[in-house]
Parts: sequence; C-alpha cells; structure tokens
Amino acid sequence: MFTRKLRIAALVAASLFGMGAAQATDITGAGSSFVYPVISKWSAKYAEATGNKLNYQSVGSGAGIAQIKEGTIDFGASDAPMSSEDLTKFGLGQFPSVVGGIVPVVNLQGVQAGQLKLTGAVLADIYLGKIAKWDDPAITALNPGLKIPSNKITVVHRSDGSGTSFNFTNYLSKVSPEWASKVKFGTAVEWPAGVGGKGNEGVSQYVRQIPGSIGYVEYAYAKKNSISFAQMQNAAGKWVQPNAETFGAAAGTADWASAKDFNVIMTNAPGDQAWPITATTWIIMYKKSKNPSHTKVAFDFFKWSLEKGQADASSLDYVALPATLVQKIEGYWASDFGNK
Amino acid sequence: MHATVSNAVPSAERAAEAARNAKDTRDDRIFAWILKGCALIVLLALVGAAGSTLWLGSDAFHTFGFGFLTSAAWDPSNDQYGALVPIMGTIGTAFIALLFAVPVSFGIALFLTEIAPQWLRGPVSSAIELLAGIPSIIYGMWGLFIFAPFVAEHIKPWLMNNFSADPPDGQVSWLVTHVPGIAKFFSSEYPFFGAGVLTAGLVLAVMIIPFISSVMREVFQTVPTRLKESAYALGSSTWEVVWDIVVPYTRTAVIGGVFLGLGRALGETMAVAFVLGNTFKFSLSFLETSSSIASTIANQFGEAQGLQRSALMALAFLLFVVTFIVLLIARLMLRRLATKEGK
Repeated sequence: MFTRKLRIAALVAASLFGMGAAQATDITGAGSSFVYPVISKWSAKYAEATGNKLNYQSVGSGAGIAQIKEGTIDFGASDAPMSSEDLTKFGLGQFPSVVGGIVPVVNLQGVQAGQLKLTGAVLADIYLGKIAKWDDPAITALNPGLKIPSNKITVVHRSDGSGTSFNFTNYLSKVSPEWASKVKFGTAVEWPAGVGGKGNEGVSQYVRQIPGSIGYVEYAYAKKNSISFAQMQNAAGKWVQPNAETFGAAAGTADWASAKDFNVIMTNAPGDQAWPITATTWIIMYKKSKNPSHTKVAFDFFKWSLEKGQADASSLDYVALPATLVQKIEGYWASDFGNK
Repeated sequence: MHATVSNAVPSAERAAEAARNAKDTRDDRIFAWILKGCALIVLLALVGAAGSTLWLGSDAFHTFGFGFLTSAAWDPSNDQYGALVPIMGTIGTAFIALLFAVPVSFGIALFLTEIAPQWLRGPVSSAIELLAGIPSIIYGMWGLFIFAPFVAEHIKPWLMNNFSADPPDGQVSWLVTHVPGIAKFFSSEYPFFGAGVLTAGLVLAVMIIPFISSVMREVFQTVPTRLKESAYALGSSTWEVVWDIVVPYTRTAVIGGVFLGLGRALGETMAVAFVLGNTFKFSLSFLETSSSIASTIANQFGEAQGLQRSALMALAFLLFVVTFIVLLIARLMLRRLATKEGK
C-alpha cells in the first residue's frame, strides 16, 4: 500500500519534471519590417523542429531599438546599425542576420526589366530633381541603343520611415557629394522631389500608375509585381543586375573585417559583382541577459537560421550571409556574448 | 413619494417609511455619482490625451516656437519641422469631403424618410450602416488601386484642361485667362498622378456619408407627421415640406451630424495616407499632393526618434486644437441660427 503510493508520487514527480524539461520557451523580438517575412517563415520552421516559439512584431526599427533598450523583448531588429558607444552604454551587441537588395524601378514604355542602365550619380541627380526628363543626355549617354521616351521624370519615394529609405539614401550620399551635404541619409529625409508612397506596396503602385516614374523597392517586391527594374554601375565600375549572386557579392566584399560590432552599411560595396544598394538587418541583443534561458533560445534560433534557414531565405528573395561572415558572427557570439 | 404621512399611521410603519426614504435618497445619490463618474471618464480621457501629446511635443514647441505653425519644412535629417503643410492638408481634405458628403447625405436621408417606398427603406438603410462598418484601410486600398488611377485618367485631366494654367491639352481655357487666381487652385506638378488633396477628399466623403446620412435619417424621422400633413394639406410640394418644415425642425441635430462626420474626416489616417501623396510642399492647389496630420504621424512614428518624435506629438496636439476650433465655430453657428429662429 505504502510503496504503491510512493511509486505514484514518484511517477507524478517524474512526469512533472519531464514536462519541465520539454517545456517550450516562447521568445519575443520586435523591429524592422524588412526582415519580417523571413523571420516569420524561419520561426514557423524552427517551432516545428524544436517546439520553441518565436513571436516577432514588425513595428519598425526605431521601435525595435526602443523596446530592446527597455528590456521588454529578447531581441530587437534594426535596419540601421547602432553605434558602438550606444551598444556599450546599454550593454548590447549586434550582428547582421540576412541580406536583401533594393532596386530602382521605373515605368517607361518599351523598356524591359534590367534594360535601363543607371549610375549612382545619375540616380542621385534624378532624386535631387536635377535630371527632370528621361531623354536627358546624362541618361541617354549611359543607354546607347535603348529607345527611351522623352517623358518627364516623376520621382517616387517612401512616405513612411523605413530601412529601405535608410539604405537607399545612404547609397545616394555615398555617390553624390551634393546629396550628402543637402539631404543626408536616414529612415526619413526631406525629399527634394517627388511623391511619397506608403510602404513597398505604395511605392510600387505609384510607379505602376505614373508613366515616366522612378521609385525604389525591395527586390522581392519588384520581382513579385513584375515592375521593370534598372541595372546599376557598382563601385568597381561594372554593370550589375540585381539578383541573389550580386547581393551575396556585396555582403561578401563589404568591409566587415575592420568594423567593430559589424557597424558597416554595405551600400556601394567594392566587389566586381556587388549590387550597390544591398542591405541587411541587425539583430540586437543584451550581452548579459536578464533572462538567460530566453537568450539561449534566441541564439539557438539565429544559429539555426544561419545554418539551416538559407533555402527559406532565398525562396523569399533574401540572400543568406556568406560563410566567412557567418564564421565571424559566431566568433563574435563567443567573444562578446560568451555563447558557443 | 412617501412624503404624505398622516398622524394616524402607527410609529413602526412610519419608521419603516422613513428608512425607505433614506434608502431612496442614498440610492439616488449613488446613481448620480455613477453617472457623474461616466461623464468624468470622457473628460479625463480628453484632458489626458491632449495633455500627454502637449507634454511629449513640448520639445518641438520649445525648439521652433510659433514658427512651428508657419513653417513648411519637414526635414528629419537636419531636424527641422513645421506643421503648416499637414494642417493645410488636413483642413483641405476635410473641407472637400464635407463639400461632397453633406449634399449627398442630405439626399439619401430625405429619400429614405420622405420618398422611398417602405420595402426599399430597410435594405438601403442597412447598406449605409454596412458602409460605415468598413475599416479605413479597405478604403485606402480601394483608393490606391482603383480610385486614384480613375481620377488620374478621367477627372484630373478634365479639371486641368478647364481650370489650370498648364493644361495637358495645351489650350488655356477662357476661364483661366479671365478669372485671376483660379489656376492656383488647380495646378499640379504631376498631371498623370491620381493621388492628391481632391482624391483624398473624395475618398473621405465616401467614408463619412454613412455617418452623416444615418444621423440625418434618424432626426428626419422625428418630425411630427402632424406638421408635415398640415403642410401637404395646405398644398405644399414635397420640396416645400422638406425645406420649410423638416429642415428647420431638425436643424440643430443635422448640423451635429455633419460635425460628427467632419470629426472623422479630420482624424482619418490610413485611407488618407494611401491617397494623399505624402509630400511636404506648400501649395494651394486641390490637385497637388500633400500631407495630413494623422497620415504624417502614421507614416513616420515607427522610425521616429528624438526631436522628430516630439514634432509628431506636437502635430497630434495641433490636431486637437484644429478639431476644437472647428467645433467651436460649429457651436457659434448654431447659436446664430438659434437667435434667427422664428423670424
């Protein structure tokens, strides 16, 4: 009788502990909308594989940084890197997660995707409003043999603060001194010309509706909505088309080696094959977490995503980080976060 | 109720009655307190929201002072902000919305209460209520995908051909050459682009018609049949009955309904963000793109930090001020009308 009771008690205890061990941990992150599609796909796959759930709120990079500073989430995601001073001040660390491309899109009758050639300087002059017509010599000189209509150029930009705008304006200020001094770069700027569409969706719709317009969207959007994008001349002087290889080449040739805390904006990357407007999103986490079990799962998730999430990323037209960068990130985890 | 107590009543009964009286007064007092509390919640919410936007926006008000109201700059990279364009855009779109929504709502309400056959009133009324229930993002998408291209193709070219100094067909109309200043209201930097103040105003009009027309319908139904039938008996036409009996009888409530719709138009966010074009260039033209207070906040709040966030909060406070001023004007108009009554 007594032994039986004891046995039941032991069983109950064992099952309780067993449950405790298998209990899934729910972690939360917030920030950039640029990575939202791929993180939500990863988290579904990851939950299948490990049972740990991840809840990601796509609230914008600024809000993501604000929330991680408050400590209300396990990781933040931002399209603009935080400075090393800021990171140290709050005890945070950051690393890139996935790469994507931003492409100039145009609505020009008779011009197919990838046909129109633009240099950074010309693109900047268009966005400054200095080049106002499509048959401007600056454009026709780059495109001998391409029949370009003489339309007026209508510039379309993002009306909402966004990482896409951040990287696009960052590129323009790298290639145009005038842009760098007049407009500068940021998630939102005072646009010298044009109209503002809300989100990638708004910009691509406006570009489709206005003949002779030019805009910029994430590559996946241009591809999905079959809007014709332009090819660009990169920092090495080569003409490149936007695709997974050229985005990967930009990520591979950006100057990660000399950067502290991966604080590199990889626009205008030097490689021969590099797409000039390539972007990443930084994941921001506490170095000494208040909630170690959550942080452990978060690390596990990003390790899993770097190693096993590549196919999912490329199915959504993102590009996984190059192997050398992955190694560097894992080294950073070990040295700065004490996570192996 | 139990006040009349005669001397013949035994004292026990009298005591019971006194106790009941005391309980009644106490219950009444509690009830009054609860009601007062309900009303106070509204006041508290209002003061709290206005106060916190003022508090969070104080940084911007301090930095720019009065110039915040008159500056057309919105430059996050150099931290220069001004509220002029968003305020103009807000008022402009709401004005156009009212211009179209009020007459149409008036027609709908009159049709439903005076002219429509009984079997039609039910379905049309429910259709209007359904329209009121559509979320604003749906209107935004509809505006972006369907209505803005329609405006660009059909409405805007016609308006520009007839009223602007730079018409697409190249022929400046007689009106423009003879009426100075009119072209200023119909110029457009992007003639083939549908989004703008007019488009946003028209989308807003569709959004507020259900509110205004259902209020109007309700109050038109309160007009005593006696009055209307007397007028008909004296030989009035339907129009005379409407204009001389129904409208004067319900004037105050009708204007109240109009301002309910105006309130919604001033604060509408998502729909406007999609069809206004979101630019910060000062212009008087109805065909030009612009920004509204609510759409600017919705667009930029997620990524805003520091002074930019404060400027957005200051904008939110200004929306309170604009709405308050508009309501004040409405009250004054009502008082004016009231003094004229019976003359």
